Order: sequence, then C-alpha cells, then structure tokens
Amino acid sequence: MTKEYNLTIDGQKIIAQEGTSILDAALENDIFIPHLCHHPDLKPEGACRLCGVEIDGGRMVMSCLSTVGEGIDVKTDSSEIRQARTIAMELLIADHHMDCLACAAANDCALLDISAYLGIQPDRLERLRPSDKGLPIDESNPFFQFDPNKCVVCGICVRTCNEIVGLGALGFINRGFKTVIGTFGNKPFTESICESCGECVVRCPVGALAPKTPKFAAREVQTTCVYCGVGCGIYLGVAGDKIVNVRADRERPTNEGSLCVKGRYGFNFINHPDRLTKPLIKKDGEFVEAEWDEALELIASKFVQSKGDKFAALASAKCTNEENYLIQKFTRAVMETNTVDHCARL
Amino acid sequence: MTNSIAEIDNAGTLFVIGANTTNAHPVIGQRMRRASQNGAKLIVANPKEIDLVRAADYFIQHRPGSDTVLLMGMCRYIIEEGLHDQEFIADHCENFEDFQESLDAYTPEFVEEITGVPWEQVAIVARTFATNKPSAIFYAMGITQHTHGTDNVMAVANLALITGQIGKPSTGVNPLRGQNNVQGACDMGGLPNVYPGYQNVTIPENKAKFEKIWGGELSAEIGLTHTEIFDAIYDGEITALYLVGENPLLTEANAKHVREALEKLDFFVVQDLFISETAQYADVILPAASFAEKNGTFTNTERRVQRVRAALSPQGESKPDWWITSQIAQKMGEPGFDFSQPSEIMEEIASLTPIYGGISYERIEEVGLQWPCRDADDPGTQYLHKGKFARPNGKGQFVPLEYKKSAEIADDEYPLILTTDRSLYHYHSATMTRRVAGLEELDSNEWLKLSPDDAAQFGIEDGEWVEVYSRRGKIKVRAQVTDICPTGVCSMTFHFHESPTNEITNPALDPVAKIPETKVTAVRVEKI
Ligand code: SF4
Ligand code: SF4
Ligand code: SF4
Repeated sequence: MTKEYNLTIDGQKIIAQEGTSILDAALENDIFIPHLCHHPDLKPEGACRLCGVEIDGGRMVMSCLSTVGEGIDVKTDSSEIRQARTIAMELLIADHHMDCLACAAANDCALLDISAYLGIQPDRLERLRPSDKGLPIDESNPFFQFDPNKCVVCGICVRTCNEIVGLGALGFINRGFKTVIGTFGNKPFTESICESCGECVVRCPVGALAPKTPKFAAREVQTTCVYCGVGCGIYLGVAGDKIVNVRADRERPTNEGSLCVKGRYGFNFINHPDRLTKPLIKKDGEFVEAEWDEALELIASKFVQSKGDKFAALASAKCTNEENYLIQKFTRAVMETNTVDHCARL
Repeated sequence: MTNSIAEIDNAGTLFVIGANTTNAHPVIGQRMRRASQNGAKLIVANPKEIDLVRAADYFIQHRPGSDTVLLMGMCRYIIEEGLHDQEFIADHCENFEDFQESLDAYTPEFVEEITGVPWEQVAIVARTFATNKPSAIFYAMGITQHTHGTDNVMAVANLALITGQIGKPSTGVNPLRGQNNVQGACDMGGLPNVYPGYQNVTIPENKAKFEKIWGGELSAEIGLTHTEIFDAIYDGEITALYLVGENPLLTEANAKHVREALEKLDFFVVQDLFISETAQYADVILPAASFAEKNGTFTNTERRVQRVRAALSPQGESKPDWWITSQIAQKMGEPGFDFSQPSEIMEEIASLTPIYGGISYERIEEVGLQWPCRDADDPGTQYLHKGKFARPNGKGQFVPLEYKKSAEIADDEYPLILTTDRSLYHYHSATMTRRVAGLEELDSNEWLKLSPDDAAQFGIEDGEWVEVYSRRGKIKVRAQVTDICPTGVCSMTFHFHESPTNEITNPALDPVAKIPETKVTAVRVEKI
C-alpha cells in the first residue's frame, strides 16, 4: 500500500498519496496553481517557473517538482509568490508573439488563462507583446502547423514525443541567443522522422503547434477506430452532418489516450463526394442508379438459383462482428455452403 | 494475441519478428518504444531495417523466408545452455523429446548459412529472451505470409514453450492482427471451416446445434478459402459471388488471376463505400454505410470486443451492411434475418458462441470485454492459457520442424527477393486513406525500395521509374534507393492501384493456413 499524507494547502486539509507532486495534489482538489510546462501525462520539468509555492511559511519551491509530505502547510499565493510569477510570466510573454485574435488557440490558451489569473491587464499584455519575431511558420505537415513565434518553449511537445510516442522527433535548438523548438537539423516536420501522430499538437498549451483546420464539434460520439487491429478508442467530433475532429479515449486500455496519424486525422473519407449513395446495377456494361427494392429483388432472384457449390461469399475484416456473423449465417443457412472467407490471410 | 496490449509495459523482453509495428500497428509501436525506454529489452528481427530498429537493443536482419531456422536456432541455443524452463516443460508440455531431436539439424553453421545472421547474434538474443523474463513474442504477416507460414507460427510457439513464456502476464505468442476487425471476422465464423467461435463445421454436434437455431440443413463439408474461391471461379465451378467490403484486385496475390476470374462470374454483388477496383466487375454494387454511420462491435487484436457507434446518419441512401444482408435474405423469403438493430444480432451471437457467451451491449459500453467471456458474470480473459492450455489434454505441444525453402528463390533471371510491407499513412487497398487529402499528401505513390548495392548493379537511380518483373507479370513503380533493404532484398507496399504490387506476388499457398507467399517473390528490376 502506498502511504498517504495529510497536508494543508491554502488552509484546506487534503490527503494525498506518497510521491504525488504538490501541484497534482492541489489540482486534484480544485486548487489552481498556475503552470505552463506541467502536463499530467509527462514527467515534471520545472522550466516555466510559474508554479512556485511557499512551504511552512518560508521556503519557496516549484510545486511540480516537490512531492507531498506529512503535515506540510502549503501556500499557493502571497505577494512574494505573485511577484515571482509575474516576472516569470512577463518573460514568457515577451517571447511569445501575441496576436490572440488571429490565433487558433485563443479559446484554449494557457498563457491567456494564467495572465488573467495573475491580473495582467490586456493593455499591459499589449505593451509587453513584442513585434513578430519573424520566424517562418512550418506548414509542411498537412494536418498541423508550427508557429515558432508563438512558442513559449515549455518543452511539452519535446517531452511528449520522447516520453509518450517514444520517438524523440523534437528537441531544443539554439538559434543565436534564443532557444527554439525544432526537429533534428531544424528541418520541416515532413522531412524529419515525425510520424504525424499529433500527440504534441494536442498537448501544446498555446497556439504554437496547432491543427490546420481547427473545427468546433457540437457533440462527440464514443466509438472505435476503423483502421487497424489495435482498436484504439476514439471520440468522433460531429458538427452538422460531418465529422470534424477525432480525439483519443483516455479510458480505453487499448490506447490510453494515444492515437496515430490515421486514427486522429484520417476521417475525411466519410464525407467524401465519391461515396456511393445509391444502388448501382450494371446494364449494357454501364452502372445505372437503381432503387433498393429493384436491386434487392434482382439479387434475391439470382441467389435463389445459385445455392450450394455455385456460391461463394467474402466477408470483411472491415465490417462489424454482427455483419460478419450475418454474412456467414446467410452463406451457411440460406446458400447451403460453407464457402465463406475473408482476407484474414492478406 | 494470447496476452494484452497493456502488458507490454511490464515485459522484460519484447521480441518482434516479422512485424513492422510502427507502420502497421502504430499505437502498439509507440508502446513498445516506451517500454524499451523504461528498460525492457527490445529485439527486432526483420529482413529490413524498419523504423522500430531505432528503438531496439538488438536487431537481427535475417533473410526473407528464414524465420523458422532463426527461431529453431534460438531454441537450440537455449536448450544447450540449459536456459529452458524444465519444470514448465515437464508439467505443461508434451512431445519435447521429438522436438529436441529435430533441433539437431539446426547447427550454428546451418543457421548462419540460411539466415545470414552470425551465430553470436542468435545466441545473444536467445539468451536475452530466455533470461530477461517476462518475455513476449509479437509477430505479424512477416511470419504468416509464407508457404511454410504454419511452420513459422509453430516455431514461435516452440520458443515460447521452452522458456515457459506463455500463460503469464507480459509473455505470450502475440500475432498482431492487421485490419480493424480481422479478429472479429474470424471469431464470427467468416471462415470456411468453422462456425462462430471456432466450432468446426465437420463435427456433427456443432452442425446439429446450428441447424436447430438457424433451421434447415447445413453443409458438413468444409468450404473453400479465399484463394481457392478465385480458382473455383476461374474454373467455372463458382458462378455467383457476394463480396462485402473487400478489394481483392489489390490485396490478393497474383491479381491478374483474380481479374480473369471475376470476368467469368455470372453474377457478382459488391457492397462497399466506394467503387473499388474490384467493384468495376460487379453486376450490382450496393452502397454501404461507413463505421461512423452504424452501430456494432469490432474485436481488436487483444480479443477485446468494443463498441462502434453511429455518429452520423448514412450518406445518401447507403445502408449498414447488416441491414443489407438481412434484406437480401428476407427478399429470398428466409426466416432468421428479421433484425431491427445490431444488439439483437449480438444476442444471437452470444447464444451460439461460447467464447462470446457473456458479451452484451450493456457490458461493453465503456471499455469492452476480452473473450473468452462465457457468461454474464465472466469478467473476460486478459491472457490465455493460464494454468493449462486450451487443448483437450491441457498441454502445450512441441512441434518438430524441418527447414523448408520458400517457393521462389532468387536466380539469374529473377535475382532479387521482393517482400511486401505497409505504410503508416495507408490502410490495406487504401480506398479510405487515399481519399483523405492529408494522408495522400504525406504518402502519394508506391516506391520500390532497394539497396544501394542492387541499385548500382542494375543501374538504377534514386527516384526513377522502373519495371519490376516476376514470373507472373510486371508493374511500373518509382525506385527509392535506401539502406533499410539489405542487398538482394527489395520491398513494396500494396496500397497503390497505379503500381499494383499483387499483380506480381507469388500466390503459392501454405498447405495448412492457405496463406499466399506474398513475403517472398523472386523479381527482376529494369530501367524503363
Ligand atoms: S510548441 Fe507548444 S508545446 Fe512545444 S515548446 Fe512551444 S509552446 Fe511548448
Ligand atoms: S506529431 Fe507525433 S511524431 Fe511528430 S513531433 Fe509530434 S509527437 Fe512527435
Ligand atoms: S489510431 Fe492508429 S493505431 Fe489506433 S487503431 Fe487507429 S490506426 Fe490503429
């Protein structure tokens, strides 16, 4: 059994398991501590310096790097803490090109949230805002883009690609006096080993790594990826009569929140104009649109004459269990043959 | 898979043979790389230097078609060094002596000669596998798509048995199933020899049980397999074909033969999302709903039955495949197809399929259940063969194996071996993925990958168009010179109709599994 500790955060008594960071313990209990480089899926880094707290009335520590202890008393706010955070924040903002109106992440930007929490007024943000650093935007990947001007160098993308994807396509690169994020050799994403999985994109706390066509889903439907035998759990995001995005199901043991490029971005075939929308019957070598009833009658009349050894069915590794069940039942019970197979072997 | 995906996290050794995991099962590939970072030993055995090799501790680059020899060589070393699990073998296995005798043929010299791998490398991975437990084996089509694919699978099983690495967490013999529901299609009896749940059609009690529920008399004769079906059509024996959501013109070995067969059919019905290459030959094409437009279940590679839910209504007048099949049966006046929704079909499946006996939609709402799941109280099965094997006497059986050559080997006329692969960005015949603009942009054409040595020898420049000839035909494709291929081996995917790889692959079959040898085709490459 893991040990449990009793501690106090801002006067609130809480219980946390041994090894939990103070930051996680606070967040789990709905106590907000500003943080930018922390991500629950990743090992802590302590890079952004925003999550400082005071312990037992004195010592200031980074709450993401410090673990809980028995009886400690944590304060998440004081004039000293606030001052330290504001300095750290202003440094970050001074590095970040802020054109929030034009930014895809504006509704979901950790930098804006924290500025608001710290009471940094919009006009002050405006004054702090540097002119565009003029670094080129990498648009090579068809699904997402990287705008280094918006990057706050929190390192979440670098750690995601290392720790979650296990790939390490990204790193910190020194460009003159400034550190930026980039692929090996600072090449465009598509010329690197990047596998386009988008794990870094979903975790970027600002709009630096962002989907190219961000779309708002009106509702979500929990289902299973159609592409490979891993069977990742997904949520399809729906707007109107279209699928507009896909997000990973974190609770599904198969993928625990991860996806690959096909599962995350490969959904546009669903609404593709090539989709068949009517039965087609070949007449004089040409396919002609038909009504369902006509097509079904024709098939039934032909199949009735083809029972036994004359008939074969190929079921599908893409269809559902229920559908495969019915195809083999149809073949066996109606067509009187066991000649049903699918491309399991291919 | 005998075991579960999440168990990868706690394995001591992961042995990946004949599987390009980061392309074909990407999220499992991610998990393997993560496990390797966290200390698991990762062994990759593959004729090509696939991406997963970057994360591997050991890379064995054996020749195409030499898997059995490599695996038997590993077994020999393990036994010689006394690293086998004698207690497990004595308690849980049979036929060990015969098996041990068959290892005599696999001398270090023989193994080196056939696999091209130095014996020291075979020894070190064998030692790692046998000692750094728990050890799990993963394989895919690189093991099965051979004329001796069944032997390869047996060789994998032998290795798991001598080390006792089966029936425990983070071990096992783990075939990675390719397509989203290939596991389910097999479970549901989409196979010519078994009813749902692998109940053999030749056993009278099984037949009687299904006759009782389905009504009417069933055939006691095993049906034809995929490749045999096309032969029978070609020979005029089968005249009507009902094909659902497949595109054999791109996926079947020796596609020319398939095309000629399709032309001979009297009546051919295709159900699909799009007009595939194969559907061009149909008499009737029925518009099917996509996975996002219907309810049902898929069963993944770890036997987990998971929900599929409709997010949209079907495009145009397209309909779910289950509805279409039911309607055809009803139009023929047949009872037993009067379903109003897929959950009712699952109830019938559960009633007839012991391994799905406890599966119901209520129970699989969130995370699914892994079969065998025999009744409503069964929590499902995380890993198979716990305590005893699923054979009548409960024992695992060792299989003595002899080396068999591939049906085609390189010669003067066809000096290279072509092996097939998959792209990360495409899926099977790519009817879906090539209609996703971004995926098409990331990977828009076929490449013949070949080694710098071979490129130099045949005078081929990187990026140029070439013709690839086999005994069955030729195709045009662009060449990519890359050192992921060893000398003598080249590789293509089969996703692109412009360069239809399966026009030239070898349809020679494994006698038991009836799987064609698409992993080993002798070819010649010529400049255009
Ligand atoms: S791109 Fe985003 S996640 Fe990566 S360092 Fe910059 S801000 Fe952080
Ligand atoms: S998209 Fe995936 S592979 Fe590419 S850099 Fe981001 S995390 Fe790494
Ligand atoms: S997201 Fe990728 S790995 Fe997961 S099931 Fe889909 S295709 Fe397979």
